[in-house]
Amino acid sequence: MTTYDARFRIWRGDTEGGELRDFTVEVHDGEVVLDIVHRLQATQVPDLAVRWNCKAGKCGSCSAEVNGRPRLMCMTRMSTFTREETISVTPLRAFPVIRDLVTDVSFNYRKAREVPAFVPPQGVAPGAYRMRQEDVERSQEFRKCIECFLCQDTCHVVRDHEENKPAFAGPRFLMRVAELDMHPLDAAQEAGLDRKRAAQEDHGLGLCNITKCCTEVCPEGIKITDNALIPLKERAVDRAYDPLVWLGNKIRRRTAP
Amino acid sequence: MVQVDRQQWDVVVVGAGGAGLRAAIEARERGARTAVICKSLFGKAHTVMAEGGIAASMGNVNEGDNWQVHFRDTMRGGKFLNQWRMAELHAKEAPDRVWELETWGALFDRTPDGRISQRNFGGHEYPRLAHVGDRTGLELIRTLQQKIVQLQQEDFKEYGDHEARLKVFQECTVTRVLKEGPRVSGAFCYERESGRFFVLEAPAVVLATGGIGKSFKTTSNSWEYTGDGHALALLAGAPLLNMEFVQFHPTGMVWPPSVKGILVTESVRGDGGVLRNSEGKRFMFDYVPDVFKEKYAESEEEGDRWYEDPDHNRRPPELLPRDEVARAINSEVKAGRGSPHGGVFLDVSTRMPAERIRRRLPSMYHQFKELADVDITAEAMEVGPTCHYVMGGIAVDSDSAATVGVPGLFAAGEVAGGMHGSNRLGGNSLSDLLVFGRRAGLHAAGYAASAGRPAVSQAEIEAAAAEALAPFHADEGAENPYTLHQELQTTMNDLVGIIRRAGEMAEALERLAALRVRAARAGVEGHRQFNPGWHLALDLRNMLLVSECVARAALERTESRGGHTREDCPSMERDWRPVNLLCRPVDPAPADPAAGRIALVRTRTEPIRPDLLALFEKDELVKYLAEEELYE
Ligand SMILES: Cc1cc2nc3c(=O)[nH]c(=O)nc-3n(C[C@H](O)[C@H](O)[C@H](O)COP(=O)(O)OP(=O)(O)OC[C@H]3O[C@@H](n4cnc5c(N)ncnc54)[C@H](O)[C@@H]3O)c2cc1C
Ligand code: SF4
Ligand code: SF4
Ligand code: FES
Repeated sequence: MTTYDARFRIWRGDTEGGELRDFTVEVHDGEVVLDIVHRLQATQVPDLAVRWNCKAGKCGSCSAEVNGRPRLMCMTRMSTFTREETISVTPLRAFPVIRDLVTDVSFNYRKAREVPAFVPPQGVAPGAYRMRQEDVERSQEFRKCIECFLCQDTCHVVRDHEENKPAFAGPRFLMRVAELDMHPLDAAQEAGLDRKRAAQEDHGLGLCNITKCCTEVCPEGIKITDNALIPLKERAVDRAYDPLVWLGNKIRRRTAP
Repeated sequence: MVQVDRQQWDVVVVGAGGAGLRAAIEARERGARTAVICKSLFGKAHTVMAEGGIAASMGNVNEGDNWQVHFRDTMRGGKFLNQWRMAELHAKEAPDRVWELETWGALFDRTPDGRISQRNFGGHEYPRLAHVGDRTGLELIRTLQQKIVQLQQEDFKEYGDHEARLKVFQECTVTRVLKEGPRVSGAFCYERESGRFFVLEAPAVVLATGGIGKSFKTTSNSWEYTGDGHALALLAGAPLLNMEFVQFHPTGMVWPPSVKGILVTESVRGDGGVLRNSEGKRFMFDYVPDVFKEKYAESEEEGDRWYEDPDHNRRPPELLPRDEVARAINSEVKAGRGSPHGGVFLDVSTRMPAERIRRRLPSMYHQFKELADVDITAEAMEVGPTCHYVMGGIAVDSDSAATVGVPGLFAAGEVAGGMHGSNRLGGNSLSDLLVFGRRAGLHAAGYAASAGRPAVSQAEIEAAAAEALAPFHADEGAENPYTLHQELQTTMNDLVGIIRRAGEMAEALERLAALRVRAARAGVEGHRQFNPGWHLALDLRNMLLVSECVARAALERTESRGGHTREDCPSMERDWRPVNLLCRPVDPAPADPAAGRIALVRTRTEPIRPDLLALFEKDELVKYLAEEELYE
């Protein structure tokens, strides 16, 4: 097994402010960034604050920015960096810092509450739900979301625009609207709720200009923009009135293999 | 005098995994104002990691399935030590709990005729596990989370406050269950973010804190699994049951070292994956124990045919219950037939087309690709046993989930004991969470409505606060909590692990005593805001208590059964079948940290109800039941 010393710059601080600190720390074969943060805790800075749970890319707790890029620390292998590189680890930029690498993500939980829940179909008893696999697959893709909020962090609509936060649910929760809208048995319509229009009017779908940055950072590989946001836009407004959709479709067509 | 914020609730649920959330939903729907408290963010509890599926005898794929068959499989898997009434309720109620999830928006994989698809798993006679690819736990937790949000939306409409009747305190930790006399009066908690203490006053507390795996070095469990609920119950005076039974999942990753222990789901085998040793041999055929001889294939050909035609062939031995497979792998490695990194080979690449593997096992594909540079569609995985689940737990009443001897204290989910006997079948945990989570919520709400409101005394709050702050006042030469934790993990892994011996367990107890002495001096740096060193120092108390329970009970039980394997007592003894080992706290707790904290008490299990016994063939019962039970 090979071992080497890596250089890290990690942001330390709290609500009052903070700074990048330099560390030199041992790295072993096969390790990920989170392993290194843990080693620092155990040997150099026992109070270094970090969130994590599963260490297997399943819970979406360990989100941070590694060399400025939103990532899961537990799925970022050290072998993706050169040994000479100094690796920076900083907290998610779009959310207020609590301490060190831990940010206040309550924005996301507020937004989750603003999306009206699944409406069960009237008169279908539990156990009598029938859906075809091909019909559930679209929503299933979105339900792979582990709520790491990396897409929320990266989306430029809110990343440096605090003022947009009240009006914009962010890709994760716009996708949630799409998920419910595509659920084969969701009875929102029957209950007088137009999810597409709500996406536009209540959740700020119009602010999204389909840059696809969210899709790029999603660790689950969910095609947020192509499969959730663009279809939602298409259904929300008459496409003639949304030039971006038209543009998005062009771009998609051009880059498709 | 410590000033802490106090809030009044009817029911406090400790834990936001499947069991806790299901309990909270039920309690709130029964009219109780309910608080949920959890160590992580809402939606990140351990349940999120569950992969393979949730067992319920819906009979969607094979109509032969029903609750009786599920009950039988569960009892066999647990080697008949299960609290049979729990196994019965579980088998009967699981389908309703799964169907209910669909009405809350869950989207399971489907059969061709549009029903919930079900897959094969070890120890289950029929395809029984409802699933969503290999991310079933995520679907479960998200669905429950979204159901809670839906209830909060209702409350917002009615009261203008989302949290009027159901509130989640995320990233908060309970360190003590508070009591007035024998009865529960609330919970003492700290908030991770600020380090601030607060008290939730409530006549009923449901413990749903999950397991204990973080006391072992190689584990599939997350940092949350420090046995908090087990310890909270003990400290409140409630006993634990059969703590010697710890499940080592046969297939954890073994390489690279930093991912050692991470789970490789059993669905890999359920869907056709096979185990081979370094000689390329499917060795599981050599490890079918007598009690299971008639139920498993004798040749590779028969085993392979079973996937297509299960009615006329027997299943391959790769699908034996987990304890059997884990022991077999252990033996192969020991005999020098292991893989390069000390495991064995698990192969799907030669069994299914790549496309199918990626569709059926997407997270496994991803996990190996990202973490080990292994493409499972092209080569075999290396796997070995990893500490996965604790069958032992808080002793509870089967119907109500009430703990023994502490009115107002309930327990459900992995933290509760009894349901799985000596070994849990895959998929039976997620269903357990829903069935008994719901029951705990139901009975806690009922109890709270009639129990009045016991007072929380200032003295108890003072004591709890002083205990929690102790690590900040450690003197010179304070112990590093991380070092203590590592030593504890090594002790348990090496001395009370998958294969046990009396001498080693006795040594473990000595080492645990020494660690307790050192843990009393554990010290931390910095301040109270989001300080992981401090949190770990507090968790050590719990891990040490629980580890002592496991080691003591394991030393006492002089047989091998399910998740308890002794090299010095290798066979299952029918005389031990009706014996439960209860761990009770030594009362009053000794002042000397070196002194043991746990006393063992033997009790007899309740006789299995005759109509349930009648579900088995006589020949089979003879293999399990003690002599005198056969005549009863
Ligand atoms: C990798 C993996 C895969 C699995 N796959 C399957 C499967 O396919 N099928 C199956 O049936 N089972 C599976 N299991 C087992 C199953 O997932 C667990 O047994 C189950 O999720 C436990 O749920 P729970 O509700 O009891 O606890 P958890 O989901 O673990 O929740 C515990 C909760 O308690 C909280 N908590 C703990 N201590 C405290 C405290 N002191 N104060 C406040 N809150 C606290 C935690 O924060 C958390 O919210 C798997 C387990 C693992 C590790
Ligand atoms: S595609 Fe839309 S939601 Fe996604 S990052 Fe771009 S603007 Fe944000
Ligand atoms: S959509 Fe992807 S990036 Fe966004 S929260 Fe979910 S998993 Fe994370
Ligand atoms: S720790 Fe769970 S995703 Fe990284």
